[in-house]
Amino acid sequence: MIGTGAARMAGEVTDVAPVIQPLAEATGVFSFLWVLIALPLAGAAILLLGGRRTNRWGPYLGVFTVTAAAVYAVVLLIGLMGRSPDDRSVGQTLFEWVFVGGFTAPVAFQLDQLSMVFVLLITIVGALIHIYSLGYMEHDPDRRKFFGFLNLFIASMLLLVLADNYLLLYVGWEGVGLASYLLIGFWQWKPSAAAAAKKAFVMNRIGDVGLSLAIMLIFVTFGTVVFDEVFAVAGEASESTLTWIGLLLLLAAAGKSAQFPLQAWLLDAMEGPTPVSALIHAATMVTAGVYLIVRSNAIYDATVFALTVVLVIGVITMFLGAIIASAKDDIKKSLAGSTMSQIGYMVLAAGLGPVGYVFAIFHLLTHGVFKANLFLGAGSVIHAMNNQQDMRRYGALRAAMMITFLSFAAATLAIMGIPPFSGFWSKDDIIHAAFEVSIVAGIAGMLAAGITGFYMTRMFTMTFLGKARWEDDQHPHESKPVMTIPLIILGIGSVFTGMALLFWGDIVGWLVPVTGLKQTPLPLPTIVYEVITLVLVLAGAAIAYVKYRKDVAVEAPQDVNFLTRAARNSMYDDAINNVLVVQPTYSVTRALVGVDNRGIDGIVNGIAAFVAGSGNRLRRWQTGFARSYALAMVGGAVLVLVVLAVVRLP
Amino acid sequence: MTLPLLTILGVIPLVGALVLLALPKGNARLIKQVALAFSIAALVFTVFMGLQFDADSTAAFQFVESYPWIPAFGISYSLGVDGIGLVLVALATTLVPVTILAGWNDVEDGRSVKGYFALILVLETLMIGVFSATDVFLFYVLFEVMLIPIYFLIGRYGGPNRAYAAVKFLIYSLVGGLIMLAALIGLYIVSVDQLGQGTFDFASLVGLDIDPTTQKILFLGFFIAFAIKAPLWPFHTWLPDAAKEATPATSVLLIGVLDKVGTFGMIRYLLPIFPTASEFYAPVIIAMAVIGIIYGALVAFGQTDMKRLFAYSSMSHFGFIALGIFVFTSWGATGSVVYMLAHGLSTAAIFLTAGFLMQRAGGLGAIAAYGGVNKVAPVLAGFLLFATMSSLALPGLASFVGEFLVLLGTFSRYVVVGVIASIGIVLTAVYALRYYQKVATGPPSPHVEGIPDLRGREITALVPIVLLTIVLGVYPAPVFDVVNPAVERTLEVVGVTDPVPTIGVLGGEQ
Repeated sequence: MIGTGAARMAGEVTDVAPVIQPLAEATGVFSFLWVLIALPLAGAAILLLGGRRTNRWGPYLGVFTVTAAAVYAVVLLIGLMGRSPDDRSVGQTLFEWVFVGGFTAPVAFQLDQLSMVFVLLITIVGALIHIYSLGYMEHDPDRRKFFGFLNLFIASMLLLVLADNYLLLYVGWEGVGLASYLLIGFWQWKPSAAAAAKKAFVMNRIGDVGLSLAIMLIFVTFGTVVFDEVFAVAGEASESTLTWIGLLLLLAAAGKSAQFPLQAWLLDAMEGPTPVSALIHAATMVTAGVYLIVRSNAIYDATVFALTVVLVIGVITMFLGAIIASAKDDIKKSLAGSTMSQIGYMVLAAGLGPVGYVFAIFHLLTHGVFKANLFLGAGSVIHAMNNQQDMRRYGALRAAMMITFLSFAAATLAIMGIPPFSGFWSKDDIIHAAFEVSIVAGIAGMLAAGITGFYMTRMFTMTFLGKARWEDDQHPHESKPVMTIPLIILGIGSVFTGMALLFWGDIVGWLVPVTGLKQTPLPLPTIVYEVITLVLVLAGAAIAYVKYRKDVAVEAPQDVNFLTRAARNSMYDDAINNVLVVQPTYSVTRALVGVDNRGIDGIVNGIAAFVAGSGNRLRRWQTGFARSYALAMVGGAVLVLVVLAVVRLP
Repeated sequence: MTLPLLTILGVIPLVGALVLLALPKGNARLIKQVALAFSIAALVFTVFMGLQFDADSTAAFQFVESYPWIPAFGISYSLGVDGIGLVLVALATTLVPVTILAGWNDVEDGRSVKGYFALILVLETLMIGVFSATDVFLFYVLFEVMLIPIYFLIGRYGGPNRAYAAVKFLIYSLVGGLIMLAALIGLYIVSVDQLGQGTFDFASLVGLDIDPTTQKILFLGFFIAFAIKAPLWPFHTWLPDAAKEATPATSVLLIGVLDKVGTFGMIRYLLPIFPTASEFYAPVIIAMAVIGIIYGALVAFGQTDMKRLFAYSSMSHFGFIALGIFVFTSWGATGSVVYMLAHGLSTAAIFLTAGFLMQRAGGLGAIAAYGGVNKVAPVLAGFLLFATMSSLALPGLASFVGEFLVLLGTFSRYVVVGVIASIGIVLTAVYALRYYQKVATGPPSPHVEGIPDLRGREITALVPIVLLTIVLGVYPAPVFDVVNPAVERTLEVVGVTDPVPTIGVLGGEQ
C-alpha cells in the first residue's frame, strides 16, 4: 500500500465534515500558551533594545528562546494527543483588544490540530535555523540584531497561527512582513538589499488590502471576526458574499505566499542572508497564505467560484515557479522559484476544497523541512565558495563537502518526489486529490513534477557533480558542525518526515476534524498515477543530468530560446509590473505635484495677489471725506440687516 | 464646591510662561529647565485628572465649571471635557514636554530662548482651553488666539522662508476664523429666536431645532474654518510651507495637536449642532476626505523635501480622520479619535527624528542629501524606522487601531468608498518606505558621514512617544473606555445607528 489512498483504493467514499465547536478553556499544560509567543518576543526585545552589551551572549539567548518554545510545543502536542480527536481546540483569552459598538477583537489564542502542526514546524525548523545561524553569521558585526529580528519573526509567526480571530491574525501577518522586511534588508548598506526589502513590503501590502477588506466584509456579514463564531454560521451567508470574502483572502494569500500575480518580490527577497531565506522565504512565512485559506475552509467550502480561482492561481504559480527555477543560475533564485512552485502545489490542493486541504498542509510540512534543508545546504555551499551564488561557478563539490552533499541529496530526492523520501507522499496525495476534482489539474500536477525533476537535478548536478568551475582563489571546505548538525537533522527529516507524519502521526486523521475530508475512488488504481508521475520525474531528471553533467559554460549562453530567456528574467514580472503599475503611478504623482504647486496653491496665491492689488486700488477710496464714510456705513448697515433677515427667515 | 481642575491645568503652563519671563535672560539652561518642569507638572496633573475621570458617568461633560463672562450676550467661561476632549487634552500635555526636550537647542543664537519656550507654554494653555471649552464663543476666541503664538513660533524661529509661511498660515486661518465668526453670530441669532435669550452654551445650542436651510448655511461657516485648520483637501496648501519652515518642535505642536482642533470641532460641534446639515454635506465631505487620502499620499510620494513629505502625508491621514467622522458609525467616529491620538504621536516621532537628523547635517531638508544613516547612527535609524512604521499604521501600533476602525466604519456604510480608501494602505507604505530607504539605507552620503548618534536627551524625548504608540496599539482599552460613551452620545444626537450585520448578532450583544 502506497500513499493515503487506502480508502480510495478500497473503492470507498469518505465524507467527513469539520468539527466546529466552542474552544475548550486552556488549563493544565495549555495554561501557558501565551508563553510560546512571549519567549521569542522577549528575546527580540532584549536583543534589539539591549544594545551592545548583549553582543556577546545575545545570539545564544536567541537560540535559547526558540528552542525553549520548541520544547514547550512538543509538550503541547503531547497534551493535545491526550484529548479526544473531536476536542482538540483549546482557547486562551488574555484581554479585550479592540471593542467599539459591537465590534470586538480580543487578544486570544486558539490551539488546535492545524495551529499545532504549524507551531511545531515554526519552532523546530526555527530552532535548527537559529543554531545554524550561529555559524553562518559568526563574523557579521550586527549578528545580535540578526538574532533579534529572527526572534521577532518567530513571535509574529506564532501569533499568526495561534490567533483566534482575523484581526489578531492580521497583527501576526504584518509582523512577519516587518521581520521579513528587516531581514531581507539586513545588509541594508547594499542598495539592492534595501530595494528588495521595500519591494517585498509594498507587494505584501497589496495583499494586506485584501486581508483588511476581507475582515471588514466578514464583520459586516457575520458581526464577528472570531474564527469559530464565523465558521459556525459561514454557510448562512449568500454565496456572492462568500465568494468575495474568498477572493479577498486569496489576494492576501497571494501577497504573502508569492502567488501569481503578486509573486515578483520573492526572487528579490533572496538578497537576505541565506538562513532568512530558509526560515522565512521557504519553510514558514511564505506558507502563511496556505494557512489562511485552509483555516478559512468553512468559507471556501460554500463558494465553488472562489475555490476554482484558488485552484487556477495555484496551477499558474506552480508552473511559473518551476520554469523560473529551471533557468536561473543563481542557486538561491532557483530555489526561490522552486518555493513558488511548491507553494503553488499547496494552493492548488487548497483549491480542491475538502478533497485537498489536508494534503495542502501535509505538503506544507514536508516542504518546510526539505526546503529549509535545501536552503541551508545552499548556504553551506555559498559559505564555502566565498559568497559565490552562481552555479555555473560551482561543480564537483561533492568531495569537498560530503555532509552538505548527502543532506542536499536527501532533500533533492524528497522534493522530486522519489519514494520513499518525504515529498513523494505529500505530492502524490495532491496529484491524486487533483484527479478527483479535475483531470486538468491532475495532469498539471504531474507535469510540474516532471519539471521539478528537471530543475532539481540541474541544480544538484551543477553544484555537486561534473567538473569544478571554481574561480581561482577558492578552496571549498565543509562547514563547521554548528552548521552541519542542523543539516544532518534536516537531511534525516527530508527522508522520514513524510512517512513519519503519514503512518506514525496519522496526519490525515489528525487534521480532518479541522479541515474535513472528501474522497472518492479514482477511475484507475492509484499506483498508475504514481508510476506515471515517477516516470515524468525521472525523465526530467535524466534530461537535466545529461545536459549538465559535463559541459557547463561559465558564462550563460545567449543563444537560447525565448522561454529560457523569459525565465531568466523571471517571466518579465518586473517589466510587466512597471508598465502596468509603477510607471502610471509615477506619472500620476508627477502630474499631481504640478497640480498642487501651480494649480491649488497657484489659486491661493492668486487670490492673495488679487487682494493685495485690490487693496492698493481701494486705498484711493480713503478720501478723508466724512460724507463718503457715512455713506459706506449706511451701506454696511443695510448689508448686515439683509443678512440678519435671511438668517431669521425659515 | 469642587476644584476647577481644568482651569488649574490650563493655568499651570501659563504661570510657567510668566515665570520664564521673570528669569534672567542670560541663563538659557535655567529657562529650559523651568519650562520643562512646568510642562511636566501639567502632564502629571493631566494623569491625575484622567484617574479622576469617571468612564461610566452618564453626564456629557466632567470637571465642569462655569462662570458668567459677558452675560449680556449669554457668553460664559465654561469648561468641561468628555472622553474625546480628555484624550486630546492629554495628547497636548504629553507632547509639550516632549517637544521642549526635543527642541532644547532649537533656538539659534541671537533669538530669544525665553520667548520660544514661553510661547510653547502659552500655546499649551490655549490648547487645553480649546479642547475643554463648552461655550462656543470661548472656543472661538481660543481658536483664534492660538494663532498668535504659532505665528510667532513660525515667523521668528523658523527657517529661511519663515515670513512667507507664517503669513500664509495666518491669513488662511484668519479667513477661516472670520467665516466661522459670521456663522457663530448667525447661530446666536437663532438661539435668540428660539430661546428668547441668546446663548453660546454648547448644551443649549445642541438642543436647538434649527431649520434645515439655516443649518446648511451655518454649517458651512464652521466647516470651512475646521477644514482649513485640519486641513482637508483642497484647503491644505498652507501646511507644506508651514511644516517646512517651522522648527520640528513647532511642527509637532502645529500638526500633531493644533490641526486636531479642526477634526475635533467637526465631531464636537458640527455633528450635534447641525445634524441635518451634517448628513446633507456628508457625501461631499467624504469625497473630499477620500480625495485627500489618495491625493495626499501620491503627492507625498513626489516630494523631494522631507518636511513637505510629512505635511502631505499628514494631509492624507487627516482625510482618514474626517472620513471616520462623516460616515456616522461608532467604528468610524471612535476610529477617528484614536487616529487623532495616533497621528499626534506619529507626527512627533517622524518630525523629531527628522529634526535630529537635519540638525546633524546642517539643516538640509532635501531627502536626496541623505543616505546610509543606519550605518553611521544606528539608534537614530532605529527610531526613524519606528516612525516610518507608525506612519504606515503597522498592526500592533496605535495608528493601526485608528485606521482599521475608520475603514471598517466606512466600509460598513459605503462599500465602494471603503475600498477606495483602503488603497491608501498601499500608497502610505510606498512613500513611507521610500523615505526610510533613501535616508537610512545604502552607503552613507557625504552629509551623513561622521554624524553622531542620538544623545541621551534626544532618546529621552522619543522613548515616551514610542512606548505610548505601542501601548495604545496593543492595549487601547483605556481610550475606548472613555471615548466610546462620548461617541455614542454624539451619534445619538445625530440620530444614526450602526449598520446591522447581515447574519448573526453583534459580538457585543451576545
